[in-house]
Amino acid sequence: MPITCPFCGPRDQREFTIKGSAIALERPDSEEWSEAWNDYLHLRENPAGRTRELWQHTGGCSAWLVVERDTTTHEIYSVTLASEAAA
Amino acid sequence: MANLTAKTPFDALLPIEAGDVRLSEVTPDRITWIAPQKGQMAKVSRALDKQLGADFPSPNTHANGLVWFGPDQALVLGTALKPIAGAAMVDQTSAWACCALEGAGATDVLARLVPIDLRDTAFGAGAAARTLLGHMNCVLLRTGPTRYEVMVFRSMAATLVHEVERAMTMVAARAEMAG
Repeated sequence: MPITCPFCGPRDQREFTIKGSAIALERPDSEEWSEAWNDYLHLRENPAGRTRELWQHTGGCSAWLVVERDTTTHEIYSVTLASEAAA
Repeated sequence: MANLTAKTPFDALLPIEAGDVRLSEVTPDRITWIAPQKGQMAKVSRALDKQLGADFPSPNTHANGLVWFGPDQALVLGTALKPIAGAAMVDQTSAWACCALEGAGATDVLARLVPIDLRDTAFGAGAAARTLLGHMNCVLLRTGPTRYEVMVFRSMAATLVHEVERAMTMVAARAEMAG
C-alpha cells in the first residue's frame, strides 16, 4: 500500500506511521464540556470501507497527512497535507 | 583543563571496501539546520543564494551543500552560515554521521537497504531524500552517477556500517559468482 506523499511522491508504507481517525482536525471550539467533546474524545467509527485518517511521514519528510483510504481494498483515494486539510 | 581528543563519528570504522564499492567517511566542516519563519521563505532564499549561490532547495533536491530536509526545512553542509534574519538556525555539526558510498555497484548496495526508487530517472544527480536505511532514518543524496552520500544520526554510525557492510559483501559475492 504505497502512500503518495505530497512532497516526496509515492513511498513505501513502512515510511509512514498511522495516528488514527482524522477527527483530531475537528476539535470542538468551546472549552466547555459538551456532547461534542464527548464524541470528539471517545466516539470513533470503525468502518469496513472508506476511512479518513491522519498519517505521518515519519520515515521521510515528517509531514502530517490526511489519507482517505478503504480498509477492505487498501485503495487510497486521496492524500493531502494536514495543514491544508485543517485550514 | 582536560585535553580531549576529538573523534569523528565513524572513527576507526571506515573506510571499508567490498568488490568495486567503497564506503568512506565525509566530515562537513559545519552542518546547519535552517527553517524560515512563516512568510519569510522568499527573503531567506535570497539570503542563502547570496551566501551559497543556491536558492532554498525544492523538495527532494540538493545543490551547493543545501539539502531539502522536509517542509520548510533545509540542511546546509560544509559552509558556516552568517546569521539570516527571519530564519531559525541550529548548529547540528556533531549530530550527524556522514559517509560516501561509491563504485559501480553502489546503487545495488543501497537498493538492498533503502525503500525508494534509485534509478537515474527517479533519483538522478542532485536528488535528495529523507528515507529509511534498514530501520534507520537517513538523509540520502545522489552526488554522482555512481556516488551517494548518506547521513544518519551520529549514535547510529556503527549500525550504518554494519548494515551497509553486509549489503556490500553480498553484492560483491553475487558479482563474483556471475563472473
